[in-house]
Amino acid sequence: MKDQTLKRIGKMLVPYLPYILLSLLCAAVTVILTLEIPILTGRGIDCIVGVHQVDFDGLIVVIRTMSAVIFLTALFQWLMNRINNYITYSLTMELRQAAFSKLLHLPVAHVDGHSHGDYVSRIISDADSFSDGLLLGFSQLFTGVLTILGTIVFMLRINVQISLVVIVLTPISLLVAKFISSRTYRMFKQQAMDRGDLTELASERIEQQKLVRAFHYTDVTKEAFTRKNDALRESSLKATFYSSLTNPSTRFVNSLIYGVVCYFGATIVMGGGITVGQLSSFLGYASQYSKPFNEITGVITEMQNAIACAARLFELMDAEAELETIDASLPQPIQGRMSIQDVAFSYVPDQPLLRGLNLEVQPGQKIAIVGPTGAGKTTMINLLMRFYDVDAGAICIDGININHISREELRRQFGMVLQETWLQEGTILENLRMAKPDATLEEVVEACKASHAHSFIKKLPNGYETYLGGDGGSLSQGQKQLLCIARVMLNLPPMLILDEATSSIDTRTEMKIQEAFARMMEGRTTFVVAHRLSTIVNSDIILYMEHGQVLEQGSHEALLQKNGRYAALYYSQFKI
Amino acid sequence: MSGLPNVAGLFFEDVIMKFIYQYLKAYKKESILAPLFKMLEAIFELFVPLVVASIIDVGIATGDITYIRNRCLLLLLLAAVGLVVAITAQYFAAKAAIHSACKMREDLFYHIQDFSNASMDAIGSATLLTRITNDINQVQNGINMFLRLFLRSPFIVLGAMTMAFIVDAHVALIFVIVIPVLGVIVYLVMKSTLPMFGKIQQTLDHVLRVVSENLEGIRVIRAFGNEGKQEDTFTKKTGELYDRQIGAGKIQSLLNPATYIIVNMAVVWILWMSGLRVDSGQLTTGAVVALVNYMSQILVELIKLANLIVLLTRAYSSVTRIQEVMDMPADERLHDGILTKTLGQEVLSLVDVDFAYPDTVENVLHHISFHLKSGEVLGVIGGTGSGKSSLVHAICHDYDIAGGQIRLVGEDVRGISDEQISKLVGVVPQHAEVFAGTIAENLRVGNGDASDEELWDALDAACAREVVESKAGGLAASVVKGGRNFSGGQRQRLTIARALTKHPWILILDDSASALDLATEARLRNNIQHLSWKPATIIISQRASSVRDADRILVLENGEMAGLGTHEELMRDCEVYQEIYYSQFPREEVGA
Repeated sequence: MKDQTLKRIGKMLVPYLPYILLSLLCAAVTVILTLEIPILTGRGIDCIVGVHQVDFDGLIVVIRTMSAVIFLTALFQWLMNRINNYITYSLTMELRQAAFSKLLHLPVAHVDGHSHGDYVSRIISDADSFSDGLLLGFSQLFTGVLTILGTIVFMLRINVQISLVVIVLTPISLLVAKFISSRTYRMFKQQAMDRGDLTELASERIEQQKLVRAFHYTDVTKEAFTRKNDALRESSLKATFYSSLTNPSTRFVNSLIYGVVCYFGATIVMGGGITVGQLSSFLGYASQYSKPFNEITGVITEMQNAIACAARLFELMDAEAELETIDASLPQPIQGRMSIQDVAFSYVPDQPLLRGLNLEVQPGQKIAIVGPTGAGKTTMINLLMRFYDVDAGAICIDGININHISREELRRQFGMVLQETWLQEGTILENLRMAKPDATLEEVVEACKASHAHSFIKKLPNGYETYLGGDGGSLSQGQKQLLCIARVMLNLPPMLILDEATSSIDTRTEMKIQEAFARMMEGRTTFVVAHRLSTIVNSDIILYMEHGQVLEQGSHEALLQKNGRYAALYYSQFKI
Repeated sequence: MSGLPNVAGLFFEDVIMKFIYQYLKAYKKESILAPLFKMLEAIFELFVPLVVASIIDVGIATGDITYIRNRCLLLLLLAAVGLVVAITAQYFAAKAAIHSACKMREDLFYHIQDFSNASMDAIGSATLLTRITNDINQVQNGINMFLRLFLRSPFIVLGAMTMAFIVDAHVALIFVIVIPVLGVIVYLVMKSTLPMFGKIQQTLDHVLRVVSENLEGIRVIRAFGNEGKQEDTFTKKTGELYDRQIGAGKIQSLLNPATYIIVNMAVVWILWMSGLRVDSGQLTTGAVVALVNYMSQILVELIKLANLIVLLTRAYSSVTRIQEVMDMPADERLHDGILTKTLGQEVLSLVDVDFAYPDTVENVLHHISFHLKSGEVLGVIGGTGSGKSSLVHAICHDYDIAGGQIRLVGEDVRGISDEQISKLVGVVPQHAEVFAGTIAENLRVGNGDASDEELWDALDAACAREVVESKAGGLAASVVKGGRNFSGGQRQRLTIARALTKHPWILILDDSASALDLATEARLRNNIQHLSWKPATIIISQRASSVRDADRILVLENGEMAGLGTHEELMRDCEVYQEIYYSQFPREEVGA
């Protein structure tokens, strides 16, 4: 699994290979040049021995070399920064676009079956953590390892004994860091638990703030919050304080090494083994040597996290897209004859829902689907629109199996209004034009008048240009539904699907819309799902469904005469 | 402490700093001691190069091994003391940061709970939650690091300069020139990238919104074959994000190389100057080593400082977001009005009431007048947007009315406190929302003192006894978050019982029997008419059957009174009512 992920990552990075190599080259040059500085400084100091003993010629050479090294280091550092930025940001963008594009072509079942937050976090945070963690982590790791190796080589070149002291003692600081982090793990877990507790309470009471106030439950709520907040405070303090011991402790270990190096170094200088300048170089290395170690330990967890994020992202990107086998197309224009033949369907393999469903619909007929919650009404629509595909049997339009034409072509034949209204952030006009991008303003207004949406739109501060925030902004549920109806009216396809299309609209407005609907339905094959039976009594065929089965089928009058389930449901409306 | 707010002030507005200061004030001791101890630690670090210099100049020069050993032991001692001091500082910093952030969180939450409906509508609950969790954490982190580093880093920088003066005033002039130059560069880079990062965050939010919209609207988008346009939008947005990131990166990538050049060129300069001074006998070799060390210390601290500023920027925008919430007005109905009246005849009266929501110009209710006595039932019926829910808001004084007067038990509603209104009026809202906890806790939300017997009475009246009895544990049965272990109809009955538990004088059922079957609803209406304390009841519904038996029915259309009277009167005189009625009971059926 992990190997596969790594392979995928490798593949993704191929186009960036030249940049990555360039970045690594810059890193290597930067590291080597940076390590050169303490040596040069030491050499410079050695030119300054005492009164009238300064070797100015030597010093000038050192200064010239140093200046060159400094500017080169800075140049490569800058180049590396820019290249890394480029790689990280464009890779993130590329990943996000690829994942989003996949999202648009996933089967609806996939999206229905996962939490939306999960998709969002994959496309937004995981993409970020991956490219950031992987590339910067890798570059840090590379630089770190190179610095450690380089330092060792540079130190060995000056003096073996002191180098050994540094190399042997430095890992102690790693041990200390490890010791502390293993001890604080439990404290962080406690903190996370307390934080989760608090968040849960806060989210409930903020979402229901109006309710809390209506019952004057405020004091109790505040008290409960304070209790959880105090608990979080205590656990946070513990976790934060104990984990913040890491830095001073490792710094202490470093200072110890520094002292030891100083002592050994000074004795060796007195014995003539090294010069004062070289001692100074050593001290420079000793104080810098532990830094890459600390960084590398952080980097490894970060990279592991990055790989985990990549795996999650790839999982989304590798999810199977909707399959299309197109070997037919609908006649133009279509008549709207539908035939459902022996259809079976289930969401969960071992829990069959629809079984042996048969229905013949003549062009222009109105089909109403009624029944209790969970009867399979919405499922019918899922199948007609091919949001889901049938398990067995066939649905045909004008004699052509809808599984043999492209989904796009199929969906173009249907105008759909659903119970859950969905509007996008943008102006009202933009939202309406979703149905017909090139619609003129007149056409849009016409559609809105027909759907009775015009009167409220006109009252809005900016009319059709009113900007709606997420999910329709401040519009009421009923108003949103009117907009969704207008959207369909703007571009009327040959067939219609109305799933509780007027559920949030009051009965009076609904009656007016029904007139518009009636005009709209004329000559169009229409499927209607409705709770309010008054709106469907004049349908050509009424399907009464329960538990995925069509129990009764026929006209309103015929079904009333039958005096079965439909009749019972119909009359229950009038009982008090 | 004096230099510190000024440095911060270069980047951050005064108001924000004051806001934070107000919280740190309570932890004055910790907030002063933490940086102070950090400073002590810094002083010990600053001594190190001096000790090393003496080892070179005295120990090595005279060949005195004991002297060297003692000096090296001194280094270890400095390190040990430094450790103790640093740990103390970390403790104080953590305490000040966490305690003050927690207080901030508490204040924020308290304030949100006192929010007026207008504020709540304006901001929305999702972002409030992020502010209470994420933003507060950022602030806590920011304060913690601020206390640890913001004094230490400038102190090391200035301290290194001071020490350089002690070593050699002449060479130290290099420090005097280099430090301000470094300061200016860090300042310029930060100042120009800060707003850029703000924009980047905004763009990222936008990208995120596009993704969630596409998930919500998957069916509609596919039905319209709109995938291509959505993809274009997303590509455009991510492209925008990329451009902004690269733009900010362009400037930020200059920071490290620039500081590197300056500090190291300063070292070169020190070497040259020192060469001259040593040659003429004004400086020793050990001193040169010390001077070089001080310059290197400055570089290390600068890197830390730059990281700190990035962190503070984040914390800063979080504080801004928190303060934005704190600045929103709390409840407009928090008056100290005192209600002394006892239950009289007339419980509620509206006289010519106009009502508008705070962010709109147009009134949504016009000239509404009616009176309601104890024990009476008023039905309210009307279409979408006719003003039914606004009427509830007006009566509960959730928002101020635009004109006219509302009197609860004879008092102007504006003179009655929030708490008293909530005792007087029991609202059962459209959406049946319950809290996580137990059934009993939920019922006692409006009346913490209710006995178990009273709870059962309320449950009986709300036709909810069987709901409770069906759960293991009865009243003590648990309710999970969002009440998901109850069906919609069960939740609705529980919320009715919750309102009844507090024995309100006015009971408002705002379309709150929609999930009940017709028989249960009828039983409920009957129970309510026989409540012992005889509340005035308002039943709001879209169903004509729900209001038909009310003493009077108020018909609303476009916020105006289209009729007020009994069912029979309205069927005779009120066209709107007739239309509603017949849309639900087709003529032929009614006749049959």
